[in-house]
Amino acid sequence: MREDLARFPVLHGLTARQRAEVAGVAHEVSFPARRRIFDEGENARSCWLIRSGQVALDTDVPGRGPVIVQTLGPGDVLGWSWLVSPRRWHFGAVTLQPVNAVELDATRLRELADADPALGYQLALGLFEAVLSRLQSTRARLLDVYGSPRAR
Amino acid sequence: MRADPMLPTPYRVAERVVETHDSATLRLEPVGTALSGARPGQFCMLYARGIGEVAISISDAQPGGSLVHTIRDVGAVSRALHDAGAGTTLGARGPFGTNWGLESAAGHDLVIVAGGVGLAPLRPVVLGALARRGDYGRVVLIAGARGPDEFLYRDQLAQWATGDDIEVERTIDRPTSGWDGPVGFVTEPLARLSVRPDRTIAFVCGPEPMMRYSANVLIDKGVPAGDIRVSLERNMQCGVALCGHCQLGPLLVCRDGPVVDYATAGPLLTVREV
Amino acid sequence: MNVVLDRAGLDELVDVLLADGYRVVGPTVRDGAIVLAELDSPAQLPAGWGVDVEPGRYRLRRRDDAAVFAHSAGPQSWKQFLHPARQRLFTDDGPVEEAPVRYAFLGVRGCDLAAIATLGTVLRGSAYDERRAGLLVIAVGCTEPGGVCFCASMGTGPAPGPGYDLALTERLDDRDHRFLVETGSDAGASLIERVVHRVATPDEVDDADTAVRAAAGRMGRQMPSGDLRALLRESRESPHWEEVAQRCLTCGNCTMVCPTCFCTTTEDVTDLTGEHAERSQRWASCFELDFSYLHGGSVRTSGASRYRQWMTHKLSTWYDQFGTSGCVGCGRCIAWCPVGIDITAEAAALAAEGPRDA
Repeated sequence: MREDLARFPVLHGLTARQRAEVAGVAHEVSFPARRRIFDEGENARSCWLIRSGQVALDTDVPGRGPVIVQTLGPGDVLGWSWLVSPRRWHFGAVTLQPVNAVELDATRLRELADADPALGYQLALGLFEAVLSRLQSTRARLLDVYGSPRAR
Repeated sequence: MRADPMLPTPYRVAERVVETHDSATLRLEPVGTALSGARPGQFCMLYARGIGEVAISISDAQPGGSLVHTIRDVGAVSRALHDAGAGTTLGARGPFGTNWGLESAAGHDLVIVAGGVGLAPLRPVVLGALARRGDYGRVVLIAGARGPDEFLYRDQLAQWATGDDIEVERTIDRPTSGWDGPVGFVTEPLARLSVRPDRTIAFVCGPEPMMRYSANVLIDKGVPAGDIRVSLERNMQCGVALCGHCQLGPLLVCRDGPVVDYATAGPLLTVREV
Repeated sequence: MNVVLDRAGLDELVDVLLADGYRVVGPTVRDGAIVLAELDSPAQLPAGWGVDVEPGRYRLRRRDDAAVFAHSAGPQSWKQFLHPARQRLFTDDGPVEEAPVRYAFLGVRGCDLAAIATLGTVLRGSAYDERRAGLLVIAVGCTEPGGVCFCASMGTGPAPGPGYDLALTERLDDRDHRFLVETGSDAGASLIERVVHRVATPDEVDDADTAVRAAAGRMGRQMPSGDLRALLRESRESPHWEEVAQRCLTCGNCTMVCPTCFCTTTEDVTDLTGEHAERSQRWASCFELDFSYLHGGSVRTSGASRYRQWMTHKLSTWYDQFGTSGCVGCGRCIAWCPVGIDITAEAAALAAEGPRDA
């Protein structure tokens, strides 16, 4: 598993040894389609590196029902809220298709990072990059570039 | 200007298909003589009598001199064109400008990135690739829109998505219910794509920020800027390089574009108000 | 072969052209300026009139001699005749046909001659070709640089370049008032044959040449040396544009008086019943706020960006689009700018900034 963990962008900065340590807190999982992985408000105890399939982040809006705010796909990290307090999920996550992923135990991952700050730093940088990219796309969506000039 | 290049050729609306709440596709047939064949990427100046003209890209060239244009209602002229029903006579001049150069992409993977109505000038690229599928490697279309109802050519997109010939990813910007496809800006599925940067030609069209962001994602993947083709837009009055309005730095978009490679376009698009 | 016309010969030249049916356009005095207009008679030429020209200032003044061509940087150029400010293109009845016109331009300076050729490249394939084909050009070499001229540094003067049928150099001294004539074409040669003239002496030819060449060394201003095309291309992100924007009113005067500015806007109109439609074309200016309008707003809204567009186009991107510079050094933009912005000074300011960090 350690070799193919290198394919996930969030772990690109880790050395092979560091990846082996991460592999030690990871295991493969599969979800069928339409399976809720976590709910908004639950404790964030894991994160997932998506190998295949599509996961939706959603939230409940009374009157609109569950609204999908973002979808994630292969290569993406599902779940960031475990890294910093309050360590609770801000949105829910549900699979839209069958999903294969690598699940990481967040508590043990944080222990690894505390014990080995170099690993922790690389992990944090990898997560930061993912968040940065997501923020940029989100801002692009906020621009409403496809909106009609008539509406402005 | 001599009158003739500025004199519209009459075309009649043979068919009007509603695409979205503010876009419609017109199939135009020549009333008399036809304009010469338009190549994917080129545009015509479409004339709404007494109101004005706008530059609209070809969104599907068909034999027999007919023209197909998808028009979004964003102003007085485009509204008149968009509203024109079957039987209405419009005017057309052209075709003008550079084309997508699909033939030169033979032997390559094609990555086609469409934002909003940017799918209209790109549809002929998809159709051209499908017509000679063996000439190309992998063909990927990523189409972004505001919401599920705002995609152009929804039936055709669904058809392409279910077929084996091209990979299609549709993604929407706005949080929504009733859609179980990707939600995210068009750069997100693009970023997840693994490409062969030494044998990929990208065709990108949509609002300028979307083209810039998409081009950056491709460049980060190692695709040379010269292998990324974008379709540019500027104010056009004549379409024949005589009126000066469509300048983008050294380029006259009606003559040196609208299709321009990103090595040329990138440095211009990243300076404010050029 | 060089010949000499005397003062009466110049008038005779005009009369011959009028009799031949040319529409003769030349300098006249009107509205406190030297204005290009159609001449009914040579008496309308501005004999004894000169101009004081500085940035943002133009004043007619009486000279103490009777020179005819001792003025510069008038408020219009010859483009108003070859590329009219307003043209109907078509109506419901079809394209608007132009009756062919035969213009004779009298008094075209080197800068303006270059401008006519420059516009010919830009507008090739349009009605400009026909209008220019019927044109007879009588150029004049300048012996007195005007207050804002810089033709020498743009390579367009003070001696007129190729493209004239006849070129005159006016000489006015104790001896007489004469015009040295150089022939530039068969049409020019046969024209001068029909006007009383005499062969020029070598001294007279020399004197005229020297006077024109000396004028090149007395220009009041010049462009900075070096590659202007590259300078402007590399200056897109210079802070200098904001500085100019503090002064520039974006009034567009410069584009109106410039002999090479060519931009137009098409207008489609109907009558009140909506039954008759027509299209016309009018001069436009890149300083107009909606020149670059594109669904919802203009690309260039700030004054800084619009000034940058004009100057960069004129000195740099014109090369990319048309293969030459767009500026001929006539100085009109400097004279007629209400705040006296001087394109040569702006170019010098950019050059002084030195290389920019990438």
